[in-house]
Amino acid sequence: MASLDRVKVLVLGDSGVGKSSLVHLLCQNQVLGNPSWTVGCSVDVRVHDYKEGTPEEKTYYIELWDVGGSVGSASSVKSTRAVFYNSVNGIILVHDLTNKKSSQNLYRWSLEALNRDLVPTGVLVTNGDYDREQFADNQIPLLVIGTKLDQIHENKRHEVLTRTAFLAEDFNAEEINLVIEKRYFLRDGNQIPGFPDRKRFGGGTLKSLHYD
Amino acid sequence: MSFLIDSSIMITSQILFFGFGWLFFMRQLFKDYEVRQYVVQVIFSVTFAFSCTMFELIIFEILGVLNSSSRYFHWKMNLCVILLILVFMVPFYIGYFIVSNIRLLHKQRLLFSCLLWLTFMYFFWKLGDPFPILSPKHGILSIEQLISRVGVIGVTLMALLSGFGAVNCPYTYMSYFLRNVTDTDILALERRLLQTMDMIISKKKRMAMTRRTMFQKGEVHNKPSGFWGMIKSVTTSAPGSENLTLIQQEVDALEELSRQLFLETADLYATKERIEYSKTFKGKYFNFLGYFFSIYCVWKIFMATINIVFDRVGKTDPVTRGIEITVNYLGIQFDVKFWSQHISFILVGIIIVTSIRGLLITLTKFFYAISSSKSSNVIVLLLAQIMGMYFVSSVLLIRMSMPLEYRTIITEVLGELQFNFYHRWFDVIFLLWDKTMNNLTGIGHFPVLELNVFICNRKLVENL
Repeated sequence: MASLDRVKVLVLGDSGVGKSSLVHLLCQNQVLGNPSWTVGCSVDVRVHDYKEGTPEEKTYYIELWDVGGSVGSASSVKSTRAVFYNSVNGIILVHDLTNKKSSQNLYRWSLEALNRDLVPTGVLVTNGDYDREQFADNQIPLLVIGTKLDQIHENKRHEVLTRTAFLAEDFNAEEINLVIEKRYFLRDGNQIPGFPDRKRFGGGTLKSLHYD
Repeated sequence: MSFLIDSSIMITSQILFFGFGWLFFMRQLFKDYEVRQYVVQVIFSVTFAFSCTMFELIIFEILGVLNSSSRYFHWKMNLCVILLILVFMVPFYIGYFIVSNIRLLHKQRLLFSCLLWLTFMYFFWKLGDPFPILSPKHGILSIEQLISRVGVIGVTLMALLSGFGAVNCPYTYMSYFLRNVTDTDILALERRLLQTMDMIISKKKRMAMTRRTMFQKGEVHNKPSGFWGMIKSVTTSAPGSENLTLIQQEVDALEELSRQLFLETADLYATKERIEYSKTFKGKYFNFLGYFFSIYCVWKIFMATINIVFDRVGKTDPVTRGIEITVNYLGIQFDVKFWSQHISFILVGIIIVTSIRGLLITLTKFFYAISSSKSSNVIVLLLAQIMGMYFVSSVLLIRMSMPLEYRTIITEVLGELQFNFYHRWFDVIFLLWDKTMNNLTGIGHFPVLELNVFICNRKLVENL
C-alpha cells in the first residue's frame, strides 16, 4: 500500500467557494452534507489509476491538500500556510462563478503558492498586478475550477463562461466549470452530469485527471 | 432667500458625505466580497451621511455659520430622518436578510421579517422602563422618547468601546507583555504539524485502499437505512467497515490536533512579528505611547469612580475651565469670547474626527474578523446600526465639552432629556466593563489563541 507513489496537489481558493465540498466529492464520491469553515489544512486521498487500460497503467495516491483561509490574511497566517506549499506536484485553483472577487483573487493565490513576490524584480515595470511572464516558466500544472454553476441564471451563463475562459488562458491552465450539489449526484458513484468536459492536462507531469 | 442658500449648502455637504460613505463601503469593507444587494450599500452610506451632517451642524453652531433658524430646522429634520433610519429601516432590513439566509422561511420572507421587527420594537420600548428618562408630558412617538432610548444604547456602546480600548491599548502597544519566541520554537512546531499531517495522510491512504478493495470484491458498504437496517447493522457488519470506522475516529482526533497546531504556529509567527516591530523606531514610539495611555486610562478610571461616589457631574466644560485657569492663575489677559470660540471649535473638531476615524477603523477590523460570504449583508447592517447609535450618543455627550452658549441648540432640539443621566451611565458602564475585562484577562494579556478559536467555532456553527 505504502509502496504506491504519491502525488501532492494543492487546492486553493477563497473562503466559501467550495474547496472542501470538491475534495470530499473527489475522494469519497459523496456530496458533503454540512460544510464548515476549514481551519488550517485538511487532506484527503484518492486512489487513481493512471492511464487505465493501457500497458503503462500505474496506480497512484493523489493527496488533495485543501488549504483554508483568505488571501488577505495576516502575514503570520500566510507564513504558517507556507509550510504546506513544499514539494507540490500540481495546483487546483477554485473560484466561485457567482463571485467575481474570488476569480480575481486567484492570481494572488497562485503567486503565494508559487512563492513569487507581487512586484517583479526585472526591468518590466508593472503596477504590481498580474504579469503573465511570471507564469511562463512555471513547471507546476494548474487547473482552474469554477463552482456553483447552477446558481447562475441561464442568460448570464455565456458571459460568465467566456470570462472564466480568459482567466484560465492567463494561467496557461485547463479549466472545468461544475456544479457540486445533491440533486445532480447519481447513485452509481462516478457520474457527475452537467459540466462541459475539458481536455485532460499533461504538461510533463506524472498524472492526468479525467472524470469517468 | 437665505434659507434656500443654507439648505443648498447642507444638501451639497450631505451628498459629499454620502459619496464618502459609498466609497468607504466599496473600497474597505466589501473589498473581498461582491455586492449583490445594493440596498445594503445605500443604507450604510445614508446612515453615515446623516450622522456626519449632525456633527457638521454642531461645528456650524460654534462657528456661527448659516442662519440660526435654518440651522434649527435642519437639526430637527436631520434628527427625524436619522431616528427613522435607526429605528425603522435598518432593523427591518436586518430581519429581512437574516430570514433570507434561512432556507425554510424563504417563501414568507416579508412576513417573518415584519415579525422580527415587531419583536425588536417591543424590546426597544421596554428598554426605556428602568431608566429615569420618561417624561409624561410627551406623546408616544415623540422625538424625545425615541432618542432617549437610542441614546442609552449608544452610550453603553461607547463606554464598552472605551473600556475595551483602555485595557487593550497597553497590551497592544507595550512590549512588556511580549513572550520571547525564537526561530527554533517555530520550526519545532512546524515539524510537529507536518508530522501530524503525514499521519493523517497514511491513515486516509489505508482507508481509501480498503474501500477500493471492498468495492472491487463487490462488498458494497451499506449505510444502515431505516429501523431494521439499524438492527441488522448491530449484529452483522462487514469486518472492513468496522476497521474503517475505527480509523475514521483516529483521523478525526488527529485532524483536531492539526488544527490546534496550526493556530499555535500562527500565534507564534504573530508574536515574532510584534517582537521585531517593537525593535524598530515606530515600535519604540508606540511603546512609549502605551505607557502614557495606560496612565491616562488609570486616571480616567479614577475620575469615573470619583464621579459616581461623590455624585457629581462636571459642570463646566474643559474650554471654559482652561481659560479660567490661564486668566486667573497665569495672569494672561486675552479676548475670552474670541478665543473660546476658536478653541472649542478645535477641541470639538478633534473629538469628532478622531471618534469617526476610530469607529470606522474598529468597524473594518471587526468586519474582516467575523464576516463570511453568507453573513456579510447582515453584519454590515448591524455595523451601520451601531455606527448610527454611536454618533447620536456622541452628540449627547459632546454637549459637555462645549461652552454654555453653544449648548443651546442641542438642548433646544433634544428637549428635556436628562443629560446628566447619560454621563453618569457612561461612567458606570465604563467602570464595570473595565473591571470585568481586567478580571478576565489577568494584567491585560488578551489571549489571542482563544480569540481565534472562538472565531473558528463561530464559523463552524454557520453551516446553512
